[in-house]
Amino acid sequence: MASPIARPPQPRGLWARLDQLARSSAPVAVAVILLLATALPMGFAAHQGGLPLTALASVFFWTLYRPGLMPPWVVFGLGVLADLLTAAPLGVSALILLLLHGGVLTQRRALAKQSFLIVWIGFALFAATLLALNWGMRTLLSLTIQPIAPGLFECGMTIAAYPPLAWLFVRLERSLEPV
Amino acid sequence: MIRLSVPVRQALARLVLPALIAASFGLMLIGKADTVLVERARTQLADVVVPLYAVLGRPIGTVRDAIAEIRRLILLRSENARLREENERLRRWYDRALALEAENRALRRVLNAPADPTPIFTTARVVADVGGAYARSALVALEPNHAVRKGQVAVDASGLVGRVSEVGNRSARLLLLTDINSRIPVQVERTGTRAILAGTNAPRPRIQHWTGPEQPQPGDRIVTSSEAGAMPAGLPVGIVREGRTGLEVEPFADLDRLDFVRLHDFGLSGILSPDQVTRPAQRPRRNGG
Repeated sequence: MASPIARPPQPRGLWARLDQLARSSAPVAVAVILLLATALPMGFAAHQGGLPLTALASVFFWTLYRPGLMPPWVVFGLGVLADLLTAAPLGVSALILLLLHGGVLTQRRALAKQSFLIVWIGFALFAATLLALNWGMRTLLSLTIQPIAPGLFECGMTIAAYPPLAWLFVRLERSLEPV
Repeated sequence: MIRLSVPVRQALARLVLPALIAASFGLMLIGKADTVLVERARTQLADVVVPLYAVLGRPIGTVRDAIAEIRRLILLRSENARLREENERLRRWYDRALALEAENRALRRVLNAPADPTPIFTTARVVADVGGAYARSALVALEPNHAVRKGQVAVDASGLVGRVSEVGNRSARLLLLTDINSRIPVQVERTGTRAILAGTNAPRPRIQHWTGPEQPQPGDRIVTSSEAGAMPAGLPVGIVREGRTGLEVEPFADLDRLDFVRLHDFGLSGILSPDQVTRPAQRPRRNGG
């Protein structure tokens, strides 16, 4: 290794390595499970677009508090997965999530120290901006004006779903070793 | 592993994000240019996740059934009164239907008209609602070696649901009739006026482009029309309602709670793939059809 100071000490045994791998991949695994779970037919209003975009909350939280566990290529992968799953124009969610990732990285130092309320407001601002962009991209790519109301509803649901998701992520984060 | 100095590695790390953002734009271009490739990727992912959904959906289905059961128990009295009233009305219709059926049979005999063949169908379970805010679609689980083809018609217990837009080995994607890309040829049952049912992503699709002087009226029943060979005629679709922006159709099918759907093979080949609705120009891919 070129610079031993830049990396955490490598675990030695196989089990230690597996454990390390499981811990470092937990945030991504949870993000994927949440993404898949939102498509389960719950039997209510699912078709009115009334489902929160959990991937936004996942990427926001982990980029803010543990950016090492949410590298850009994982964010990209999440976006592509979301696009393929929902039959959306390919690349739109990937772009939105990457922009969120990049945006949060620039504000990280200021935002990570704030109270939950401020962080939530920060998330709401990011989500509203990016979902507006999402609407614009979809309108551009399909060359038809997409209806605005479901997009607004989706944005509201996404912002409203952040506190419970953050609670879940905080639980998960505490169970991980300090990196 | 290639040994790199710290500044070089940091510089590379800084480049990853812009490179991936560029890659997203690249994907958008690919998605626009090569729809076949993207569709294959989508169906392959669907094939992987559909068995997963089928397993995950079971406990959720149980919970849903329990909730529905409790609600039914609470509403038992009012439900009973409603059913009694409906039963009375249906009994009158039943007599009427029997009379009409007999008359129909007699007329067919006179005309020597063949009865409509019973279509072949596959019953499939809807395992995921994968729409989001900008699309209305659903994934259904299928057995391997199924006979479902793109363009087949999906119907639930009460009416038309949509069409099959993508088919994989173990899964198929339905484009619901409420999707913004859905266009279905329909006719007003009372007058026979042809029209197009256009999805708007809202719960009620819009009815537009009707022919003839007679406008569809609120309360009219809408059924499919065989125009363009895309649909068999006469499948129940919904009821015309007065909407805020124009005439809308309230679908008979319970699109919010899709459980089982029948995928019918009516042997019609005149169907356009949903992609073609927005992109009329298509490269010749099949030899001779």
